[in-house]
Parts: sequence; C-alpha cells; structure tokens
Amino acid sequence: MTNRVFNADSVLVLALGYRFQWEPMQDCYVLLYPEGMVKLNPAAGEILKRISEKKQTVSELIAELKVAFDGADLDDDVYQFLEEAHGNDWIRAE
Amino acid sequence: MATTGSEQNKAPGSTGGALGMNVRDAIRQPLWLLAELTYACPLQCPYCSNPMDFAKIKSELTTEEWIDVFKQARAMGATQLGLSGGEPLVRPDIIELIRAARDLGFYTNLITSGIGLDASKAIAFKEAGLDHIQVSFQASSEDLNNLIAGTDAFQHKIEMAKAVKAAGYPMVLCFVTHRQNIDKIDEILDLAINLDADYVELATTQYYGWAMHNRDQLLPLKEQLVRAERIAHEYQEQQKGNMKIYYVVPDYYEDRPKACMNGWGNVFLTVTPDGTALPCHAARELPGMTLPNVRDTSVKEIWEDSNDFNRFRGFDWMKEPCRSCDEKVKDFGGCRCQAYMLTGDPAMADPVCSKSPDRHVVDEAIERGRRESEKSTEVAKPLVFRNPKNSKQISGF
Repeated sequence: MTNRVFNADSVLVLALGYRFQWEPMQDCYVLLYPEGMVKLNPAAGEILKRISEKKQTVSELIAELKVAFDGADLDDDVYQFLEEAHGNDWIRAE
Repeated sequence: MATTGSEQNKAPGSTGGALGMNVRDAIRQPLWLLAELTYACPLQCPYCSNPMDFAKIKSELTTEEWIDVFKQARAMGATQLGLSGGEPLVRPDIIELIRAARDLGFYTNLITSGIGLDASKAIAFKEAGLDHIQVSFQASSEDLNNLIAGTDAFQHKIEMAKAVKAAGYPMVLCFVTHRQNIDKIDEILDLAINLDADYVELATTQYYGWAMHNRDQLLPLKEQLVRAERIAHEYQEQQKGNMKIYYVVPDYYEDRPKACMNGWGNVFLTVTPDGTALPCHAARELPGMTLPNVRDTSVKEIWEDSNDFNRFRGFDWMKEPCRSCDEKVKDFGGCRCQAYMLTGDPAMADPVCSKSPDRHVVDEAIERGRRESEKSTEVAKPLVFRNPKNSKQISGF
C-alpha cells in the first residue's frame, strides 16, 4: 500500500465535533457529528472505541486489537479502515 | 432554525423499504428532536420558517417540561437534538437545557443567529456539554446582512463565529441563500474561508411561513442558480479536506421533490415553544391536524398513535401519480406542506415533481418571481419582515 495517510507512529484522534458512543436503541456503536449520525458495524466500532477512549498510535492500536482478537492478522484491515475513516473525515492524525 | 438543512441530516438507512408493510410495522424511532425553545428572536428575517402567526404563542414550555421531553425522546432512541427557535439564546435557562440534554447522551446542536452569544458563553456552553453551534449569516456583506436580518448584526456574527472556533467547537456557518444574496456566493465562501470554517451550509430558502409570504422577492432566477452552483462546486473542489461545503439546489428548480423530513413521522420530531408536537416545523399550517401537545400526551403516544404522525406515514395515503411511482421509496412524494400550500390538498404529489399534474403552479411561481425581479425598486413589493407587529397584522388577531 502506498500513499497512506497514516503510518505506525501516527497518533489518532476523532475529528473535531465527532462523538463516539454506544446506542442501546440502535444496538450498535455510533459516531455523532453536527446534525448527523453514522451507525458503525462491530469492527468499526471496536477500532473507533479505542481511538475515542485514548490517544494512541496506529501500532499501539493494532497491538491492542490483536490482544482483544486472539492475535488475528488484522494490520491490513485496520489500515484500510483508517484510510476510509479519514476519507470520511471521522478521524485525523494529531 | 432558519432552514431545514435536511440534506445533511440523513439518518442512515431511513428509507427502510416499507412497501407492503402496514404502517404500525413501519414506525421507526425518532432520531432527530428539534426543540423550538421560543419564537422570540432579535432578528426579523423575511425567510423565517416560523409560522406567520407566531406572535399568538405566549405560553412556552418550562425548563422542567423541556427536560422531560428530552428524556422521553432520548428513551425512544433520539440522538440528535436541535436547540432552535426563534433565537434559542433568548431562553434564560439555555445552559441548563444544554447540560440536561448532554447528560442524557444527546448530540446537542445550538442553532443560533449569534445574537445573545459572547465568548464566555460559548465556553460555558462547551463546559455544559454543547457539541455544536451553528451560526447563521444572512449575507457576506454588512449592508446586505443587516438589511435582510432587519438589524445591525453582522460584525457581532463575525466575532461570534470566531469565538465558537476559539472555544473548541467545529465552526459551522449557515448562509440562507435567495435572490437578493445568491450572486454574492463567492464572497460568502471567501468569508467562510477567512473565518476558517469547518462546515458551510449554503441553505437555499425553503418557501414556508414568512418565506412563502415573501416568495416573489426571494425566489432566485434560473441563471443565478446556474452561476451559484458552478461557483459552489469550484469551491468544493478547492476546499476538499479543508472545509466542507453543502450546497442544495432549491427544489422549485428540480424535477423531483426533496425527501422531506426523510419521510413523514419517520425520523424527525419537532416540538414548538408551546409544546405542540409536529412531524415537521411547518406542519402546523396543514388542515385537519389534531396538534397533540407534550403537556398532556406522552411523546411515545404522540409518535406512535397520534393521527398527525400516522397521517402520511408509509405509502397508503398516496394518490396518483405517487401511488404507482417506483420513486416513492426515495422521495416519499415530497413535502406535504408544500403540496397543501400549492395545490390545496396535502395528499397530492409535491408539485415540484415533473410527474405532478400541478407542476405548472411551481413554474408560475418562478415566472412571477422573474417578473418581480424586473421591476424597479420603487414599484417592487417590499419584503415583509418577520416581527410580532407584522405577525399580528397579517394573521389578523
């Protein structure tokens, strides 16, 4: 993969004005932003949950996800999601 | 709220494909609560979407009553709360309402003219949990802004836009466009860039309430729109990744109607200053509404069981050409209030649609606007400003 917005040392934060939370009535995690809402699938929810909870680098995030998901090989999937999330203006590198 | 701005409010998955289901099965949760806290407003915008007879409404919900409405809507799954009006900052309990709404988990949007705001309030609201402040502008230049707003507000709005950003909110600017300011769209966008705005909504005037009354003076001309659209798209390209620009073509110039409110009683719930619950903020004007009130009926009962909210839910109420149209799942037949205002029957197709037998009414309105625009200023109809005096005079009470 070339031209990645993020590398292993990028520190990820939610974009200004975005809020992450669990919605019991929707039964999923959501991102809320000015006058809008995105419902997240479980994988996106797990990634954004960690980004919203604490400032961390991409490599720290991936390490944490690997622990949570039995060492699965998820580097490429995570990078791909982060690119998409950045393209949607949900997250940025600090 | 000056405009509906509904294009960016799309709650995901709201079309639902309820074909063939009965209405009860199709009832979803209200996702958006628009709390019109007061009809009081220091501005007098002639395109205001508040009802013409707003000055009649005297009895505003109390702090406790509003918080109770927030609780009920939140329990039903609402996530977005618009604190609007009138000018919501007129309410002395605004900070209490913000705090309560945020504590309940709402994403809280303050939709304001900026009048009544100052830098310390912007910070205090942030501390109370306010997520977003949208400052509305009338135009890019002081003179036009002040003319349209009927007051001397422009410099203060600029200061407030800066204060909002300094307090750590995203800067969201809303310009309501119409014939008298749409040619300044490049100046409007330059102003937004200079202010370092994060989002700009170029909200086209929607013809309800006061705007309907002033439609001949406000409806843009076709050539104005073509130019504005081109410029808006140029700026969108140029500002990619920097400032998000939302531009919506006025529905009178489209050949399909807007998916108004994402469908009647589908995701939007408006509560007016006196507690009347409406499927949209213009629906009070429709004939045959029962106008349920949160003071005597629960929000759940209103949402699920009231005549008003079920009246145009789903597709069973539709007439031709909507009934057999395969696009009905996309646009829900358009806007009920617009259908009523322009055809006299709220169950007709929105006459914006080229399939509507009443499309000529829209074309005639466009033509009337053009003729009005060609008159010299001495003989042209004056704009009627939204204020209590005009409200009483025009509504006759």
